[in-house]
Amino acid sequence: MSERKAILQVKGLQTSFFTDDGVIPAVDNIDFSVHEGEVLGIVGESGCGKSVTSLSIMGLVPSPPGKITGGKILFGDKELTKLSDKEMRNVRGNDVAMIFQEPMTSLNPLFTIGNQLMEAILIHKKGWSKKQASARAVEMLTLVGLPRADELMKEYPHQLSGGMRQRVMIAMALVCDPKVLIADEPTTALDVTIQAQILALMKDLNERLNTAVLLITHDLGVVAETCERVVVMYAGQIVEEGPVQTIFKDPQHPYTKGLLQSVPDMRYKKQRLYSIPGNVPKPGSVNTGCRFAARCEFAFDKCLTQNPDLYQTATVHKTRCFLYEDQEVSTHDRTLVES
Amino acid sequence: MLHYIGRRLLQLIPVLLGMTFVVFMIIRAIPGDPAQVILGQQATKEAIEALRAKLGLDNPWYVQYFDYLGGLLKGDLGESLRTTTPVSEEIWPYLAATFELSLFAVLIAVIVGVNAGIISAWFQNSWFDYTAMILALVGVSMPIFWLGLMMQYIFGIELGILPTTGREEVRNPIDSMTNLYVLDTILQGRFDQLGIVLKHLVLPGLALATIPMAIIARMTRSSMLDVMRSDYVRTARAKGQKMFWVVYKHALKNAIIPVLTIIGLQMGLLLGGAILTESIFAWPGVGRYIYEAINFRDYPVIQSGILVVAFIFVMINLFIDILYSLIDPRIKYD
Repeated sequence: MSERKAILQVKGLQTSFFTDDGVIPAVDNIDFSVHEGEVLGIVGESGCGKSVTSLSIMGLVPSPPGKITGGKILFGDKELTKLSDKEMRNVRGNDVAMIFQEPMTSLNPLFTIGNQLMEAILIHKKGWSKKQASARAVEMLTLVGLPRADELMKEYPHQLSGGMRQRVMIAMALVCDPKVLIADEPTTALDVTIQAQILALMKDLNERLNTAVLLITHDLGVVAETCERVVVMYAGQIVEEGPVQTIFKDPQHPYTKGLLQSVPDMRYKKQRLYSIPGNVPKPGSVNTGCRFAARCEFAFDKCLTQNPDLYQTATVHKTRCFLYEDQEVSTHDRTLVES
Repeated sequence: MLHYIGRRLLQLIPVLLGMTFVVFMIIRAIPGDPAQVILGQQATKEAIEALRAKLGLDNPWYVQYFDYLGGLLKGDLGESLRTTTPVSEEIWPYLAATFELSLFAVLIAVIVGVNAGIISAWFQNSWFDYTAMILALVGVSMPIFWLGLMMQYIFGIELGILPTTGREEVRNPIDSMTNLYVLDTILQGRFDQLGIVLKHLVLPGLALATIPMAIIARMTRSSMLDVMRSDYVRTARAKGQKMFWVVYKHALKNAIIPVLTIIGLQMGLLLGGAILTESIFAWPGVGRYIYEAINFRDYPVIQSGILVVAFIFVMINLFIDILYSLIDPRIKYD
């Protein structure tokens, strides 16, 4: 995995919301990269900044009040935060595409499926005829496993089920062969069987088309099934990052441990489910110390006064916790990993 | 769809029937007597009685009402007491004049109002937004007769660039076929006269357009603001679509439906003849026609004039309802 090229790099990204109640740093100095053809998961509770991260990459943070206040987002050699409006439009849908949580409302109810798919093609493929675009749209609908694609082109979103609409969204996102697909909670609004189908489809397309997927979810089950690497976010920061097997088998950060313990286990039916005490702090409300300290059963003095770094605890594993400060691998190894 | 239209047209019958009754009763409740008005103050009692008998006004009200309804069923709108011409013939030129003026006013109101609303929503809280919304507020609360008089004073008298009254120049009358002068002059290729006709439309058109324009702008803005926050607008942006098309294609089509309702109602009101505006600008429209009929207690003209106007109002709203289903595939009437 580490020999694959990083195509999307987020470096020190900071996105804040300027509200009447002050500046809220929804995303605070996060670093991660998406490699060619991989599936990277970002997990965290609602409000931890995962959606804002994805919207920042797309340049779609609602503004005002939101604004990217620091850091870089590199797509290949393009710095996305520095692009003009026009250049950014060329990236959206073409290099980086996105699908959203709500398939029921993400398609425009007043235009046919065909119209919306062809629109996505014709924006980026200059010189294509409508006929070519239509053929490509039908091809994509078939690729995402929708039956009678020809008829679907003439139908409206309300004639389709939620699962079908999400397939249409995926088809629309992939229609211009983007390098990266950002999927923001793509299965949250769907029922479980459809969820599994959509995830299988995304995994399959990821392998067939070699499109990297940045999967944003709060559902650890989804991560375990689909992702190769995981980034765990808490209160606007990355608290742990590593390969999926390691995170699930040997979680390091107390927050990740807590999350994994909160997943119901079918083997022990009667046990009361574990939950992390307390609530996610409001972004910007914890300024000193570790943001998780108040809810952490391992917290000690230092946690309350200093903000821990993201320690590299193994070649491909990072944790933001003082418990692992002394386990950090040498900077020499780290440079090896990054190069 | 045809089924639905048929049903709506059937529903029209009780509405119009109820309306004829109300209008019939109300105009007879106004003090004054047509026979007296026609014969003048000096007329003898006998002469008035004779005329009343001749016009059928001496019958009990229900006999008069059912006579009138019977006539309507045969397509007879009655005869004017004043001119003895059938109302159905007499009303056409007035209707056409009102139609031309209202259409002009509605076009201005829709084009300016909808775009002002869109741009205000697109650039919410910008100087354009603030200016447009303050102007809209002023527009909604503007007394139209005052605005009309001011415009006549400024553009007609002080600047002398626009005619203040009527539809045409007295010395250069239009040889009309349809009574829609814009259409007439175009059909005849008389573009010099077309210019004159359009000039005559400007001031009354603007005066008439002011309130609808302001209402439409405010409605469009709030509807657009709602839609601009929706998921499909974000999707359209995520595709890489230009903001212009995101706004004018994806957002506008969704936002326009509540605005259409308002446009329909306003258009109906304008076609009913804006009595004030038509009086100020001496526009020979249906509003003035009915207004003068009221002064003369010309019962058949009042009754049938209002009936025709009400019919047009209801038809426009039916048309708007049909338009909904053409815009939104989720709206199905059958």
